Amino acid sequence: MRANRLGAALAVALTATLASCGSGEPTESPEAAQSRPASSPQGPVKLTYWTWAPNMDKIVEVWNKAHPDIQVTVSKQAGGDDAAAKFLTAAKAGNPPDLVQAEYQHLPSFIAADAVADLKAETAAIKGEFSEGLWGLVTLGTDAVYGIPQDSGPMMLFYRQDLFDEYGLAVPKTWQEYGEAARTVRKKDPKAYLGTFSSKDPGAFTGLAQQAGAQWWSISGEAWKVNIADEPTQQVAGYWDALVKEGAIDDMPYFTPEWNKALNDGKLLTWPSAVWAPGVLSSNAPKAKGKWAVAPLPQWNAGESFSGFWGGSSTAVSARTPSKAAAAQFATWLNTDPAAIDLLVEEAAIYPAATKAQSSLGEPPEYFANQPDFWQQAAAVSAGARGFTFGPNVGVTYNAFKDGFDKALQNGTPFTGAVQGMQDATVADMRKSGFTIAS
Amino acid sequence: MRPSQRGAWPYLFLTPAIVLFTLFLAVPIGYTVYLALRRTKVSGLGLGRGARREVYVGFDNFAAALADAELWSGWLRVLGYGSLVLVVMLGLALLFALMLDSARVRLARFSRIAIFLPYAVPGVAATLLWGFLYLPSLSPIRDVLDVDFLGATTVTYSMANVAVWGGVGFNMLVLYTTLRAIPRDLYEAARLDGASELQIAVRVKIPLLGPAIVLTTVFSIIATIQVFTEPTTLRPLTNTISSTWSPLMKVYRDAFVTGDLYSAAATSIVIAAISLVLSFGFLRVVRNHAFREG
Repeated sequence: MRANRLGAALAVALTATLASCGSGEPTESPEAAQSRPASSPQGPVKLTYWTWAPNMDKIVEVWNKAHPDIQVTVSKQAGGDDAAAKFLTAAKAGNPPDLVQAEYQHLPSFIAADAVADLKAETAAIKGEFSEGLWGLVTLGTDAVYGIPQDSGPMMLFYRQDLFDEYGLAVPKTWQEYGEAARTVRKKDPKAYLGTFSSKDPGAFTGLAQQAGAQWWSISGEAWKVNIADEPTQQVAGYWDALVKEGAIDDMPYFTPEWNKALNDGKLLTWPSAVWAPGVLSSNAPKAKGKWAVAPLPQWNAGESFSGFWGGSSTAVSARTPSKAAAAQFATWLNTDPAAIDLLVEEAAIYPAATKAQSSLGEPPEYFANQPDFWQQAAAVSAGARGFTFGPNVGVTYNAFKDGFDKALQNGTPFTGAVQGMQDATVADMRKSGFTIAS
Repeated sequence: MRPSQRGAWPYLFLTPAIVLFTLFLAVPIGYTVYLALRRTKVSGLGLGRGARREVYVGFDNFAAALADAELWSGWLRVLGYGSLVLVVMLGLALLFALMLDSARVRLARFSRIAIFLPYAVPGVAATLLWGFLYLPSLSPIRDVLDVDFLGATTVTYSMANVAVWGGVGFNMLVLYTTLRAIPRDLYEAARLDGASELQIAVRVKIPLLGPAIVLTTVFSIIATIQVFTEPTTLRPLTNTISSTWSPLMKVYRDAFVTGDLYSAAATSIVIAAISLVLSFGFLRVVRNHAFREG
């Protein structure tokens, strides 16, 4: 019965937003107006930066000390889809930050909303620092450059080494072996599962589809191609569907208290996740420290070495910023300067996007202290990871994933139907907005 | 003082109210209506400058909102949930108010605060707290009672439970305050006539509470239609709550998840209209009956 109070709070928030965008023109705070480099070269440029990476303020402090003329203020955000929604809303209201951390899958919606600036001229010199795949994620295959890659999330298989030994399991090399291992676990300990399929994490599913070779969106000429229900995706959906229906795999969502407890108590033996998983495991399953190990994802065909991406982000510059050059300068430093990247790895615990930095990582994450080759494994996996261009309405697709797979789990309907639902919802939304779609 | 001599003074006193009303009510509502009549149109790939513009589409968004099957199933779900919450919450509130008011109760002050206290817990916190009690591996309840609180059918009851837990105290307080304002000699007269406490409650107190009951019911109807916090907070814990479980959740999803402010604006106006019809409809039905004594 608190909806009325919440409604009141929302109303106030809305009005505040409205008050600041009444004229429809970007409202500039006095600082922003002063910070135009052209009009007032004497004062320092002041930039705001929305990010959710931990300890980013410490890294920015280093920049601020060395660059008295460009002062950056970090505004800490909640991560994920909420952060994207908040940035889009702020951009529409006319008061976005100068810089924003943008997940690769959300970048196209930012571009479509005309909320981020083209940095082609400013980034010409640093293009070579990143792999082609990652660079493609910030250009969408166009001539423009909409952000500077910061980190990437190649997927790997995290597993409980001690329990694998105890149950006599070998690390699965193929998804078929993974399924067999799942059945063995159920026999050895009826309370434990090899893994779980989460209907709440479209990002994980996207990465697995990428591994199988899916291409959900692509641009051909002046039209979008949407192919979410393609064969590789159906294969991945069908595979997990069979395991869940059989009872070999659990269906509890990731990142819930239930899931934390299962990880902590050794009732979940694997987690196909991304390179950032050590951070999550160390805070959500502290008891199991030192018991986890990492291996490449199981493959669809023996002998292959493919992976997909879950997450990863770039630093984008707001289209409305009055100090684009200064913002681009900071974003370049943050993601290509060796000292800055060292800080990003140490303080923000990210897996850097810059190619050189990926191979020079030394110490494994503390949680994986027993696996000294953690970063070498990550680099090897990263080399075989394939991504795809994201579309302009990933929010719609991901929402359709959650609703569709929730329903499929609840009603026992096929996962492939949920995948078709994602395709249909995405195409319908794009048609409604007027995007040109190639059939 | 003749009216003409009053001059501008009354308007001066009214100004703050008018300014606040305009700024915080009229302008947002106006802007919502404006947004509801528009939509973005992109051309080609929709990338880069100038590819996206806002166009006037008339009542298209309203037509889409009214034709949306998901929205109507949302209304059905809320109707089921709402009738449960209304009956149980107001019933308990009335019962507690009468019990506290009865002369024989001890520790009235303590009980009053104890019953009211849950209302002070913010909705999100309350839902999380109950959510943890519903989760199998964390819940002490689940150790004793083997019920899946977050199952497809049970989840509605679980949510209603959170709403009732949080709302009873507030409604009880409204009813209790009204009871305290009733002149004591009415009860004395009834007692002299030989009425028992129960008879006094049913024959004297409840009829006199009529207007207050109507008031709390209207408040509760409006709050129930806008149910948002409970399902949104419980959603990450279970796969039984969709992103459009309640109409207000659909508004949130449209505006902030799929980035369609225009549909969200239209749907929110539809919700406001339905709330108005339901609450005024209820008032019309009970007016003659409830305010007869008033």
